Amino acid sequence: MIPLWAQLVYLACAVCFILALKGLSGPRTARGGNLIGAVGAVVACVTVFFYADLDHLVPILVAIVVGSVVGVVGAQRVQMTQMPQLVALFNGVGGGAAALVALLELGAFAEVDGVGVGDFALVATAFTVVVGSLAFSGSVVTFAKLQELMTSRPVLFPGLPMAFAGGLLAAVVLSVLTVTGPTVWVGVVLLVLGLTLGVLLVLPVGGADVPIVISLLNAGTGLAVAASGYVLGNTVLLVGGTLVGASGTFLTLLMAKAMGRSVGHVLFGALKGGSTLGAGEASNRPVKSAGPEDVAILLGYASKVIIVPGYGLAVAQAQHTLRELVDLLSSRGTAVDYAIHPVAGRMPGHMNVLLAEAQVPYEQLKEMDDINGEFKQTDVVLVVGANDVVNPAAKTSPGAPIYGMPILNADEAQQVVFMKRSMRPGFAGIENELLFDPRTTLLFGDAKDTLGKLLAAVKAL
Amino acid sequence: MSEPVVWLTIFVLSVFIGVEVISKVSSTLHTPLMSGANAIHGIILLGAVLVTGHADNTLQLVVGLVAVVLATINMVGGFVVTDRMLQMFGRRKPARAATRDGGAA
Repeated sequence: MIPLWAQLVYLACAVCFILALKGLSGPRTARGGNLIGAVGAVVACVTVFFYADLDHLVPILVAIVVGSVVGVVGAQRVQMTQMPQLVALFNGVGGGAAALVALLELGAFAEVDGVGVGDFALVATAFTVVVGSLAFSGSVVTFAKLQELMTSRPVLFPGLPMAFAGGLLAAVVLSVLTVTGPTVWVGVVLLVLGLTLGVLLVLPVGGADVPIVISLLNAGTGLAVAASGYVLGNTVLLVGGTLVGASGTFLTLLMAKAMGRSVGHVLFGALKGGSTLGAGEASNRPVKSAGPEDVAILLGYASKVIIVPGYGLAVAQAQHTLRELVDLLSSRGTAVDYAIHPVAGRMPGHMNVLLAEAQVPYEQLKEMDDINGEFKQTDVVLVVGANDVVNPAAKTSPGAPIYGMPILNADEAQQVVFMKRSMRPGFAGIENELLFDPRTTLLFGDAKDTLGKLLAAVKAL
Repeated sequence: MSEPVVWLTIFVLSVFIGVEVISKVSSTLHTPLMSGANAIHGIILLGAVLVTGHADNTLQLVVGLVAVVLATINMVGGFVVTDRMLQMFGRRKPARAATRDGGAA
């Protein structure tokens, strides 16, 4: 089958993947880790051309060139704010590829009527078709939610849980039945079932929880790839897929923990009575608002300021203006830090990427656990385009969808300034009591525009 | 050992390695890590090339080629975008040095 030299190359590639994941989990080694992973993947894919007696070489190479161009252009063009969508999309196409590969394998098994194919290999193939297509359609729905092509609120309809359970049962039964005689048609039915299950799985998930689902689908694609590695008798697929499946599952749990949620709650919480459903409407309660000049005085004469950046900052592309403001305040002798909530932005670590893009020095970025004790001694907290991550409801109201999520203790500071476009609630769709607190001032307007005015006003002090 | 057991052994050991190597990751790196892991499962390209290279009829060839395109997008796009993200983390140092120099002057 596979010659010894190629098997050894595959072993080396599998080691590359392990080193890649290891590297990616440390800030200094991350970029190198990613490169090692890329080298491993490219070497593994080139190797196959040297030993496997392949037909259709020209169309295959053309397809690879087309895919590379699409991938590189997509990766270069995407704005950093849209990163979660792109990761979801890349994951989805990977899942789709795994499903199609398994479908073709099933077809090949059907031609020989399953003779000489192990039962386990048949079930593994069926599993790959279902999980791969599920990851594909699920990722497409997550993409649509994040890109706001559809509502980011949970979508529910009567009978959804029954439909999901029924589809899942049918998929399991059909997968096991492939043992009795594989046919392409069963494969196609499994493909359709997988696509349907993916949609049904992601529809009820609320916008704020979508990143957890992306991570979960990522792990699912990994397992599908691992299964096809077993079916094709290829170790590098098995090891690579399993590594992603295992680390992806673990990462999903870490993220869920950072957001104070359980994975079960994320997936099925909405089904149990709409707990992730939010109001989504602007409130009419009175608030204290002020102009940029007033806020400039607050900031200009504070000795300690903490900035809480959120997704709204990134949407307005105001990171650079914010950094200028922080530099100005620092030069006036004010101590300024950024408090980064683990899930600031749309995905854990997303805000760090966005601020890094604006060249904010690393040491000004403080993680939640390091900075939460400092809010009590802080004169002004400036919340820019964030909401849920400073919502005290997470600590005080057990009924709130974000209850239990660790938050930044902005409510402990002397003064809080919220920069907001409107009174609309945050991504989780719930009202924030801190907005109505007497120590809170609101500064309405587009983040970039308002920060520009604020910057000018501080300069004029 | 019979062959399925060998495969099962590789699988189980890989699970433990997969969890172990990322167990200490800070939340700062969750996004690049997810993106990088995502690129790694683009290795399904290898499988897609294998089955497409052995396609017997046009339908199989077309399905296979679609799989090749999708897998390539996953793998190439995934690694490129992860590098783009991490490049920004790396840029901090020079940027900081420049600010300090500016402050001193």
